[in-house]
Amino acid sequence: MKNEIARREFLTAGILAGLAAGCGRANPFAPEDETVKASGEKVKLLSVDGEIIEVDKAFLKPVPDLPQVSNAAARVGIEGKSFVMVIDLSRCKNLKKCQSACNHMHQIHPGQNWIKVHPMQDAEMTASYWQPTTCMHCDEPPCVKVCPVDATFKRKDGIVLIDSDRCIGCRFCMAACPYSTRVFNWEEPGVPEPVATQHYSCETSVPQKIGTVGKCDFCPDMVRKGELPHCVSACPNGVFFFGDMNEDSVTNGTDTFRFTELVKDKAGYRLMEDLGTKPRVYYLPPVNRNFPFEAGLENEKQKS
Amino acid sequence: MKTSTLHLPDQIANDLLPQRFGRRGMIWTALLVTICLIGAFAYYRQTTKGLVVTSMRDYVSWGIYISNFVFFVAISLVGSLITAVLRLANVHWSTPLTRIAEIIAVSAIVFASIIIIVDMGRPERFYHLFLYARLQSPIMWDVIVIGTYFFISLLLLYFPLLPDIKILLSKKEQSPLWLQKIYRFLGSFWKGTKQQFKISEKAINILCITIIPVAFCIHTVTSWLFATTYRPGWDSTNFGAYFISGAFLVGAGGVVVAMYVFRRYYHLEKYITEMHFEKMGRVVVLLALLYLYFNINEYLIPAFKMKKPEESHLTNLFAGEFAPVFWFAILVGMIIPIVILLFKKGRKPLPMFIVGIMVVIGAWFKRYLIVTPTLLHPFLPMHDAPETYYHYFPSWEEWAIAIGSLAGALLVITFFVRIFPIIPIHETITEDENAA
Repeated sequence: MKNEIARREFLTAGILAGLAAGCGRANPFAPEDETVKASGEKVKLLSVDGEIIEVDKAFLKPVPDLPQVSNAAARVGIEGKSFVMVIDLSRCKNLKKCQSACNHMHQIHPGQNWIKVHPMQDAEMTASYWQPTTCMHCDEPPCVKVCPVDATFKRKDGIVLIDSDRCIGCRFCMAACPYSTRVFNWEEPGVPEPVATQHYSCETSVPQKIGTVGKCDFCPDMVRKGELPHCVSACPNGVFFFGDMNEDSVTNGTDTFRFTELVKDKAGYRLMEDLGTKPRVYYLPPVNRNFPFEAGLENEKQKS
Repeated sequence: MKTSTLHLPDQIANDLLPQRFGRRGMIWTALLVTICLIGAFAYYRQTTKGLVVTSMRDYVSWGIYISNFVFFVAISLVGSLITAVLRLANVHWSTPLTRIAEIIAVSAIVFASIIIIVDMGRPERFYHLFLYARLQSPIMWDVIVIGTYFFISLLLLYFPLLPDIKILLSKKEQSPLWLQKIYRFLGSFWKGTKQQFKISEKAINILCITIIPVAFCIHTVTSWLFATTYRPGWDSTNFGAYFISGAFLVGAGGVVVAMYVFRRYYHLEKYITEMHFEKMGRVVVLLALLYLYFNINEYLIPAFKMKKPEESHLTNLFAGEFAPVFWFAILVGMIIPIVILLFKKGRKPLPMFIVGIMVVIGAWFKRYLIVTPTLLHPFLPMHDAPETYYHYFPSWEEWAIAIGSLAGALLVITFFVRIFPIIPIHETITEDENAA
């Protein structure tokens, strides 16, 4: 946790440094308020010129709460997009980097996970494999069907989101979801102060709100910035591919494939096809694997 | 009713007037109030700390609040059975039981609504249900039909009460001033003219006809809260009929218990006779057989196939963690009552009372079994969650609130009996005259 906070401070300061450089002020870190005393603890920052500068920790200012897209826009989605994910089971080693990145970036309550990595074995004689699960962002979402207040909804770009400002906490969506992907904020989420006071948006899903449901959101805030969802960029083995079906391409950050060819060539499939939920998450079967199943067991033990 | 033809209308009225609480009545009321207050304190804790005070977690996201809700909705169906179905079928013996059934229905439906709000993570956003209502959600259907059922039941309680209120007002010396005020407020416009009786009769008939489909709707829709999902144990086309048959059974059981208690406590032996127990016994045994039939459909047919998702759920019920509760609910809630009631001696007041209690308790646990075990067997194995998420046993707050709501429903009935005659005076007099 300490590490994470330091990271955020670093980013915060970096943004401020950038803003300040643009304004052309001499020293962006000079305290406006004379009462601020230097703490003596220095933080290293990267300036826009590429230089490393040292700034006293006491002079750092919190990043301003930048306005998000409006609720109406967040409910419609990103024009012309049709997001899709491919999870390559032959690459997964149960490192759970996806999970920890997701948990951190969405400030999920400790112990709960939006991404789960299941040890799976389909039949007694078949091989075991690691299966990460996210929200399937179904095209026939059972959760959306049952929500009485339109708190969870399907966007034009295919993403299923939750509006925690509207959710009444009836948990019908949790009962309806066959993938058990949804989690509930049973208590006040213990998020640090700068996050807790941040403006809520259903695109960031931050901060989580007590008495409401949460789940994987495909990180639409990142996608809007042209970046990949956190799980995709956090996975060192390139398990997750994210992309746009209209462009017919998916990428894990390193490799990019034509989506249709990839799922055809590698015999992609979706979970519980027989239920008719039409998920947007495709799986590639665990063949020609990069790691043996046992390689992931160690991480499993550490977790439990 | 043959024996009571000897009585004058005035004596009937005096027999049936609401009475002050005796010592036992006071203890009973104090006990219920205490239980309610403990429940209210538990709910206060829940509102301040969140649903974390319950034992519900991400896998078992519905617990005894929801099963208690289903129980309340179920027991409330009896109002429509005794009042409407039997009335429309021209059955007269049930007249003294109509008000008992109707007040059970009203208080149960009130507490069903309360307990569902208790279950909400954000009860202060209740108005969102109206502001952002989406009609395709079964919860909206439930809001609509439960609201409708509540109003029809309330009217079915109120209209037949009007002639009785006139009688109560005519006996000023028997009731304190505050009661007189209530009576005047509720029924001073009722003069008992022919015209008024005609309108009232017509209104009651219309309500009796409309309440039957609405009653079917409330419990069918409640069953759909489960049956519209994919989960093994809930994904069943049998659910609507299964729920309704169970609802009639528990409601009839509840009426039998109430009959016995009121008869003993208020010495109503002349009005609630052994004949009534005999007849209600037949009704209960029929309903228990019907419910057993739907249970066989619900459990044995999937068990014959043992599809993979159903297998762990069913074996868990039949022989696993939930087996004791499951067999308790089946045996105590259905089979033993059927066996007892098939005998004439079993349909006497005391055995009937015991059977009624068995049916109601069995039904409460049956609702628990419908809700919780299913949630412990999701399609994808439970994983990557804290250890406590893999089990469910209600916390003390959940017990306190659930039991508090049951006590609250009993309290409403208790106060009602203090204020109004539990056996319709006017109708009893009329039937008495007709019989003579």
